[in-house]
Amino acid sequence: MIDDLVTWLQDPAHWSGPDGVPARLSEHVVYTAVTVLVAVVLAVPLGAWVGHTGRGRWLVTGANALRAVPSLGLLFAISMLVGPLIQSSLAFTLPSIIVLVILAIPPLLSGSYAGVESVDPAARDAARGMGMRGPQVLAQVELPIAMPLLLSGLRSATLQVIATATIAASISLGGLGRYLIDGLAARDLSQMVAGSVLVALLALFTDGALALVQRFLVSPGISGRRTRVGPTDVARLGSLRAGVSSTPRGTSPAVSPNGSD
Amino acid sequence: MSWALDHLGEILSRAGQHAWLAGIPLVLGLLIALPLGWLAARKAWLKGPLLSATGLLYTIPSLALFILLPSILKRGILDPVNVIVAMTIYTVALLTRTVADALSSVDPSTRAAATAMGYGGFARFRAVDLPLAVPVLAAGLRVAAVSNVSIVSVASLIGVNQLGYFLTNGYARSFATEVWVGIIACVALAVVFDLAIHGIARLLTPWARAAEARS
Repeated sequence: MIDDLVTWLQDPAHWSGPDGVPARLSEHVVYTAVTVLVAVVLAVPLGAWVGHTGRGRWLVTGANALRAVPSLGLLFAISMLVGPLIQSSLAFTLPSIIVLVILAIPPLLSGSYAGVESVDPAARDAARGMGMRGPQVLAQVELPIAMPLLLSGLRSATLQVIATATIAASISLGGLGRYLIDGLAARDLSQMVAGSVLVALLALFTDGALALVQRFLVSPGISGRRTRVGPTDVARLGSLRAGVSSTPRGTSPAVSPNGSD
Repeated sequence: MSWALDHLGEILSRAGQHAWLAGIPLVLGLLIALPLGWLAARKAWLKGPLLSATGLLYTIPSLALFILLPSILKRGILDPVNVIVAMTIYTVALLTRTVADALSSVDPSTRAAATAMGYGGFARFRAVDLPLAVPVLAAGLRVAAVSNVSIVSVASLIGVNQLGYFLTNGYARSFATEVWVGIIACVALAVVFDLAIHGIARLLTPWARAAEARS
């Protein structure tokens, strides 16, 4: 298996042209980036609003129930519904993108909701007491405190999209999944193995990069820099609360007593 | 609807196959995650590395794992054992953190009381820590069960038999009804798993039921 893999990867024919590794890799990255971006724009404000106002919690519950729908089935069903309506080359790409966005929404929605919802009401009251208005409270207090859970949601959404974009090759989407699906059709094991290794590496690398982003974006007053936040971490809600109440300095430097100097 | 009724036998037999492929890994994964999670909860220095390592396993896309495992395990690509192993890996990845959180959620004073009553080592783990961890464990198992049912259907792309067959076959024949039957059957199976785990957890926590009855 390793020999096959090395031989396949060393073949220069596999590194150029529209079916080469650079082209397929960049397709996969572009699909993932576009999808996650659209899903963030749709889901994060909504989740933050639900967490902030406490209204519309059924949206989060409903989105979570959606996770029980098999992604392969959703992919096929949506492409059969939407595909015939589109008369251009987008007929294969657009349904896949729609499904990928749908799949990225639940983790982002519940991450941003749970993050904002977990904010200690005392911290929110303190911010209001200091004269902050609604949007300021959201931007300077609630979102920084929600950041760890929000970014955990972003990480699981991104991984979900990378994995499902691979499967979407079976409905003619490009990307690294092509090697897996085409290799399967042609009974070309080395191509399948090479594609699988590349996809797995892409997923690992992306998750590592997002973990670094998480380290930089989460305020040290909240993370405590002692434990790292994982994608399925729910138990941190408790420690977040503790972090907020024990380190009031962490909420915002802009409101420190000598901030007006 | 009539298509589903005509093919009821086939749907049920594939659902049975699907339930095995998703369910056995749930049990195996829990058995592997229990000692790992226990270690993570007990030894602070092991917690970070253990949870990161198991978390990394979950990042591997399912189709890639289904294709890589036959070569690693030296088995035919259609062998269901590959799917069982892959799903066990995912279950361990999800549950190790849950087990660690569940065991940490046990009140230290309860544990101290058990120690004072003479419980020690494994006996205390079995009789006190583990039963008290059941509600959190069950929540994690329900997430893993739903995720397993969804991922198993992907294995139909490489030809392993289960409910996912209706998805690939329906798509290949441009027959939407069959795809929808496959989706509904998968969701129904996920609901059955969810209810079963919920029920078992209730049976295992009689004190929670007693508290419910009183209030």
